[in-house]
Amino acid sequence: MLDKIKEFASEFFVTGDPLILGAQVSIALSLVAIIFTLTFFKKWKWLWTEWLTSVDHKKIGIMYIIASILMLFRGGVDALLMRVQLAAPELEFLHPEHYNQIFTTHGVIMILFMAMPLMFGLFNIVVPLQIGARDVAFPFLNSLSFWMFFFGAMLFNVSFIIGGSPDAGWLAYPPLSELSGSPGLGQDFYIWGIQISGIGSLATGINFVVTILKMRAPGMKLMQMPMFVWSVLSSCITIMFAFPILTVTLFLLFLDRYLGAHFFTLDGGGNPMMYINLIWMWGHPEVYIVILPAFGIFSEVVSAFSKKKLFGYKSMVFALMSISFFSFFTWAHHFFTMGSGANVNAFFALTTMLIAIPTGVKVFNWLFTMYRGRIKFTTPMMWTVAFIPCFVVGGMTGVLLSVAPADFQFHNSYFLIAHFHQVLIGGVVFGYFAGLYYWWPKMFGFRLHEGLGKWAFWFWNIGFYVCFMPQYALGLMGMTRRVNEYDFDMGWQPLNVISTVGAFLMGLAFIFQVWQIAHSIKFYKKEKDGDAWDGRTLEWSIPSPAPLYNFARLPQVTHQDDWWEEKQRIAAGGAPKPLAPLEPIHMPKNSGIPFIMSVCWFTAGFGFVWDWKWMIVTGLAGVAVCMLARSFSYDTDYYIPVDEIERTEAALRGTK
Amino acid sequence: MEQHNAHGHESHESHGSMKSYVIGFLLSIVLTIIPLVLVMNDMLSKKATTAIILVMAVLQFAVQLIFFMHLREEQKPRYNLMALIFGLVILLTIVAGSIWIMTYNAIG
Repeated sequence: MLDKIKEFASEFFVTGDPLILGAQVSIALSLVAIIFTLTFFKKWKWLWTEWLTSVDHKKIGIMYIIASILMLFRGGVDALLMRVQLAAPELEFLHPEHYNQIFTTHGVIMILFMAMPLMFGLFNIVVPLQIGARDVAFPFLNSLSFWMFFFGAMLFNVSFIIGGSPDAGWLAYPPLSELSGSPGLGQDFYIWGIQISGIGSLATGINFVVTILKMRAPGMKLMQMPMFVWSVLSSCITIMFAFPILTVTLFLLFLDRYLGAHFFTLDGGGNPMMYINLIWMWGHPEVYIVILPAFGIFSEVVSAFSKKKLFGYKSMVFALMSISFFSFFTWAHHFFTMGSGANVNAFFALTTMLIAIPTGVKVFNWLFTMYRGRIKFTTPMMWTVAFIPCFVVGGMTGVLLSVAPADFQFHNSYFLIAHFHQVLIGGVVFGYFAGLYYWWPKMFGFRLHEGLGKWAFWFWNIGFYVCFMPQYALGLMGMTRRVNEYDFDMGWQPLNVISTVGAFLMGLAFIFQVWQIAHSIKFYKKEKDGDAWDGRTLEWSIPSPAPLYNFARLPQVTHQDDWWEEKQRIAAGGAPKPLAPLEPIHMPKNSGIPFIMSVCWFTAGFGFVWDWKWMIVTGLAGVAVCMLARSFSYDTDYYIPVDEIERTEAALRGTK
Repeated sequence: MEQHNAHGHESHESHGSMKSYVIGFLLSIVLTIIPLVLVMNDMLSKKATTAIILVMAVLQFAVQLIFFMHLREEQKPRYNLMALIFGLVILLTIVAGSIWIMTYNAIG
C-alpha cells in the first residue's frame, strides 16, 4: 500500500530538481499560512461574500490585478533564471529540459496570464466609471470570466509542481507538441489551462462590447467617449473574432493528442504547418489586443497631465479601429521562412508595413497633445513619456523585420526577441503601469508614494535598455532564441552578461514597486475628494473608491471630457446643475455559481490532463448542474432603496 | 426609473414567437439529417456529397441567424448585422488565406 502511494506520488509530483523542490515547499508553506490566517481572523465568510461571489466590476477588477501581479512575479522569476543561465552557460545552472520549460512558461504566463488579466482588470475598473454606468452589461458573466481565467491560469501553473511543465515553446508548435514529440503531461496542462481561461477572455470581450454600445450615460454619443473606452472597444472587437480561432486550433491539437487524430501530425494526412498558420491568426491580433488599451491609457494620461484636450480625437478613433481591422491581415509575417513563396510573403510584408501607419499617427497625436501643454511629471505621465521613444524604436525594428527577405536573417534570432520585448514591455507594460498609477487613487482611495514610484520608474527604464539593447546586437551576431548554451569562442558572453545585469535591474524595480505599495498602505492617507489628478472624464466626478452603485444619479453628458467642461463652466461662474431626485437603484445580486462552475471546469481539465475518466465526468457534470442552477434562478437582482443611497452619499461626501 | 428600462433586464425586445422557434428547430434538424443520410448510405458520388454538405451548412447558418439570432428583427443601430458582415470578412480571410498560404506547403 505504502509503495503504491510512493509510486503514485513520484509520478504525480515533479521530483529531482532542487529549484522545484524549493518552490513546492514554499508553495505548501504559503498555502498553510493563508489558510491559517483566514481561519485565525475568521475571514472565510468575508472572503466568500465580499470577494469570491462578488459581481461588482470594481472588485472583479481588483482581483484581476492582484492575480496578474502574482503572475508578473512568476514570469519575472522565470526570466531571471533564464538570464542567469545565459550569462554563464558553462555553469549549467539549468538543465536543458528545465530551460525549455522555463522559456515556455515565461512566454505563456507573461502574455496570457499577466498582460491579459492586467488589461481586463483595468477594463473592469475604468470602463463603467468612464461611461457613467453602474456595472457592466452582464455582471454574472463578468464574474464567470474572471474565475474561468483564474482557474485556467492555476491549472497551467500547477503543472510545474505536479505532472511537469510544458516545454514546446509558448505557442506549442507541432510536431514537437504532438504526442510523439511531447509524451509528458505538460502539453495537456498547456492546452487545458489556455482553453479554460480563453473562454473567460472571449466572454469578457463580448461583455465589454455590449457594455460600451448599450450602457453609456444618457447623452454620451460614441464620438464623445473617452479615448480609453474607444481603445477597449477596438480591443474587445478583436478578442471576439480572434479568440475563437485559438480555441478551435488548440481543440484540434487536443484531438490529435487525446484521440489520435491527424490534423497536425506528419503522417496520416496531417500538416504541422497548418497549426502555425492557424495559431498566428489568433496570435497576431492578440498582440494588438493587449497593446490597443495601452494606447487608450496613454491618451487619457497625456491629456490629463498636459491639461489639454486630446489632439486629433477623430484620427485617434480611426487609427484604433483600423488597427483592430488590419490586425487580422498580417499573420503570415510570423513565418516568412516557412516557404509560402514570394507572393504570399510580399502581401503580408505590405500589410505589416501598412499597419505601422495608424500607430505612427497616434504617436504624433500624443506629441501634439503635449505641445504647449502645462505638463505635470507625475508617475503616470513619466511612464507615458518614456513609452514614446521606446515604442518608436521597437516599432521601427518591427518594420525592419517586416521586410520579408531580410527576415530570413532576423527570423528567430535575438533580434526578434529584443524587438517584441521592446514593444511588449515598452508598450504594454509601461502602458498598464501608467494606467495602474493613474487610476490607483480611484480604485483604492489613496495615493501611491510618488518618490518610490520614480525610483521604480528609473530602474525599470534603465534596466530595460541595458537588458534588451545588447540583444539586438546578439541577434545580428547569430545568437538564436531558445538556446540554453553557447561556446565561449562565439564571443556572445560579454553582451549576455550586460543583458543579465539589465534584467536584474528590472527585478529591483519590481521590488521598489512592491515597497511603494506597502509603504503607501502603511502611511495610508485617504483621498479627500474623488478627483485625484484634476481629471477630465466622468470617473473623477464620483468619490474614491466609488460606492457600490458608482453614480447616485446618472450623469447627463453633453461634451467630450464632460467632467472637465463642467468644472470649467462652474469656475467661470456658471451655476451647478440642479440635482435630480434620487431613485432606487437596480443592482445585480452576488452569486457563487461562477466560482463553483470554474472549479468544476478546473476539475474536468485536470481529469483530461491525467485521463482520469471519473474526474472528467464529475467536473463536466458539475458544470452542467451550475448551468441549470443559473437557468432556473430568477432571484438575481434587487433595488437599493433611496434612504440607503442617501446615507452612503452623506458618509462619502461628508469626509470632504 | 427610465434608465432601468434602457439597459436593465426589464426591457422586452421581441424574442420571437413559439411558431418561429418550432419552424427553426425543425428546419435545422432536417438540414442536419439530409447530409447524414447521404453519407451513411453512400447515395451520391464524393463530389456531389461534398457539395451538398456545404450547401446544407450554409443554409443551417442562415436558419440559425434568422430564427434563433433574430437578425431580421433587430432595431437600429444594427450592430448584429455589422458584426455579422465583419465576421464573414474574417471568415473569408481565414479560409482563403489558409488555402493560399498552404498551397505552397502541402506535404506529400
